[in-house]
Amino acid sequence: MSKHADGPDGPPADDAQRPATAARKPRRKRVVLNDSRNPVTVVRVITELEEQTSVGEALVRNLVRAQLKMALWLALLTTVVFGSLPLAFYLSPRFGESSVFGVRLPWLILGVLPFPVLFAIGLLYNRLAERHEKDFVNMVES
Amino acid sequence: MELNPSAIVGIGVIGAVTFYLGFHSSRLANTTPDFLVARRIVRSRRNAAAISGEYLSAASFLGIAGLILKDGVDSLWYAVGFTAGYLALLLFVAAPLRRSGAYTLPDFVAARLGSVALRRLATVFVVVISVLYLVPQLQGAGLTLSTVMPVPAWVGSAVVVLLVTVNAFGGGMRSITIVQAFQYWVKLVALALPTFVLIVVFVGGHPVAASLSADSPPVFAHTTSVAIPAAVEVHEAAPVRVQAYGLVNGFQNNGPLLMNPGIPYKIGAHATLVFPAGSPTPTPSDSPDTNAAWLRPQSGGVSALFSTYSLIVALFLGTMGLPHVLVRFYTNPNGRAARRTTLHVLLLLGLFYLFPTMLGALSRLYTPELLVTGQTDAAILLLPGKLVGGMPGEILGAVIVAGAFAAFLSTSSGLLVSIAGVVSTEVFRGRVRDFRWATVIAALVPLTLALLLPEADISLSVGLSFALAASTFCPVLVIGIWWRRLTWVGAAAGMVVGGGLVLTALVLNIISEYTGAWAPWPVVQPALITVPAAFATVFLVSLCTQDRLPPDVSRILLRLHAPDPLGFIKDRDVARFGPAAPPSPVDGRHHR
Repeated sequence: MSKHADGPDGPPADDAQRPATAARKPRRKRVVLNDSRNPVTVVRVITELEEQTSVGEALVRNLVRAQLKMALWLALLTTVVFGSLPLAFYLSPRFGESSVFGVRLPWLILGVLPFPVLFAIGLLYNRLAERHEKDFVNMVES
Repeated sequence: MELNPSAIVGIGVIGAVTFYLGFHSSRLANTTPDFLVARRIVRSRRNAAAISGEYLSAASFLGIAGLILKDGVDSLWYAVGFTAGYLALLLFVAAPLRRSGAYTLPDFVAARLGSVALRRLATVFVVVISVLYLVPQLQGAGLTLSTVMPVPAWVGSAVVVLLVTVNAFGGGMRSITIVQAFQYWVKLVALALPTFVLIVVFVGGHPVAASLSADSPPVFAHTTSVAIPAAVEVHEAAPVRVQAYGLVNGFQNNGPLLMNPGIPYKIGAHATLVFPAGSPTPTPSDSPDTNAAWLRPQSGGVSALFSTYSLIVALFLGTMGLPHVLVRFYTNPNGRAARRTTLHVLLLLGLFYLFPTMLGALSRLYTPELLVTGQTDAAILLLPGKLVGGMPGEILGAVIVAGAFAAFLSTSSGLLVSIAGVVSTEVFRGRVRDFRWATVIAALVPLTLALLLPEADISLSVGLSFALAASTFCPVLVIGIWWRRLTWVGAAAGMVVGGGLVLTALVLNIISEYTGAWAPWPVVQPALITVPAAFATVFLVSLCTQDRLPPDVSRILLRLHAPDPLGFIKDRDVARFGPAAPPSPVDGRHHR
């Protein structure tokens, strides 16, 4: 019924008949010069990482620590910015009743402003995370 | 209720296009990786639209505006939290989750911790969360269809289930991706267009019965007859003389009734109240009564403050534990694409959530009768008809109804595919045929529940499934990705404690709904307690069971965090079910 039922190796190739046709017409071959999905990298360091040598492990630990530290800082920033709002509204009714351009400030703060702020934090994280990874790859490949 | 032909046309068009897109792309789907993770070739822009399309459920489309109508500015936290959840997902989960190469959430925990028992537990929670999330979607569909057509509520639920099952049956993840991406844009337009028109009409000087900052409840502009579908409890801010037909506080009333301030009025199902023009609207007992209190944040005292914080915790951390959201992340080609997708989602959601706020505020002015009936989720469905009369109003209403249906369809199909993916690979053997059977089972169970369970506010019940996700999968994912000392015993204990607490709260909440709504805030919105409890359990139990550490933990963490160009990703679905066959030449026929 479905193709995958044949298993990972695919249907058995009909090798018996192939030489006959191949003699007349050379078989079309796929030549891969550079497959962007699996770029060729320095094999030595990758084996070092895979084999879990002390150098490889220390490298990975450093990367993970750097990424986690940055994520935690940005999460803390977000928590402080948003977490302080309900308390501020609760403690200061004046703040909750102030208005800008005829619109109540809390409606602006909660209805419009969070979205650009969240996007900006996400953008910052993406930049930094990709930079960390690029540095790591450069270090591994050099 | 009254028949709205254009709305029915709108629903028909959405249904037909959904079916066509799903059918069209199901031709490309023929292997298990197609059905589970769309062969992991979805580009980040389309994937972001698909994630947003799937995520913007009935709770976002109808529920937020309804809660704003009832509870005011504090309900905006729903929109903020629904969006901010993706920031948390981006910071802690997105890229490593994709790099794990897993194809379902149970498969991820199995890949990380290598435990069959934990895998089973995760399967159970995936199914529970998804069903809990599906039920309000189906009930919302019933409500929507019954506002535009004189049919009982179960018809809408059944229509949605049928359409969604057919699509998922045909092509699984591969075919719903394009459907969901399309439905994000449908929802955005269906909300943005009416908002612009209604704002123009409003600013152009449409008469307003009472100002939004007045120290009084909303006011009925005309003599209004309100039919109560299910029993409600309301109170008045000023004495009003109404005509009441039906049970009021246990007595049959068939004529004039003086409603006095300060007294709760229990109005029975199928009663009808007629309010004279200019009379103040009775408000539900647990909501702010005057417009001034409605406009002010945190006017509900300390317990409301805790409740807000609890909601924030549930929504900020719950998104990363929702199975139907996570399964979409597995369809990215690599970890970097997963991050870019998430960033895109933040943009798309931020754009969408600008509109429910404005519609919710307008509905406080023009559809106050929903405060009496309790059907606040219908606010944006009825609003256009109130502001714009005649044919244009009907068409605007039809646009919104069509968008609402897109919301039900896309979220339900995402949930259905995630349940079916998990059930077919964990319970059955993961063949395409198993996926199809699992789809049918996964569709029938929530449909039954939707018909049996009482209707609650959509956003509230969705809020509980966020709390459940935040207390079960969120700790396991975050700790599992970043802490090498996590053990499977710790993860299982955390899920049982967090999940158990939330489910207890859920049951208590249902009991309290039936016996006079006595539940305090930790029962209604438990995340502020259950999430820290789950995190603490995971840490403590893991530290006590360090002898159970998986032996290859360093290699697993390497795979989760190594940048994509190094090529450590190994897709586990390919390892288990074989590689996806090369795309067959499209000749217009199904290849199965």
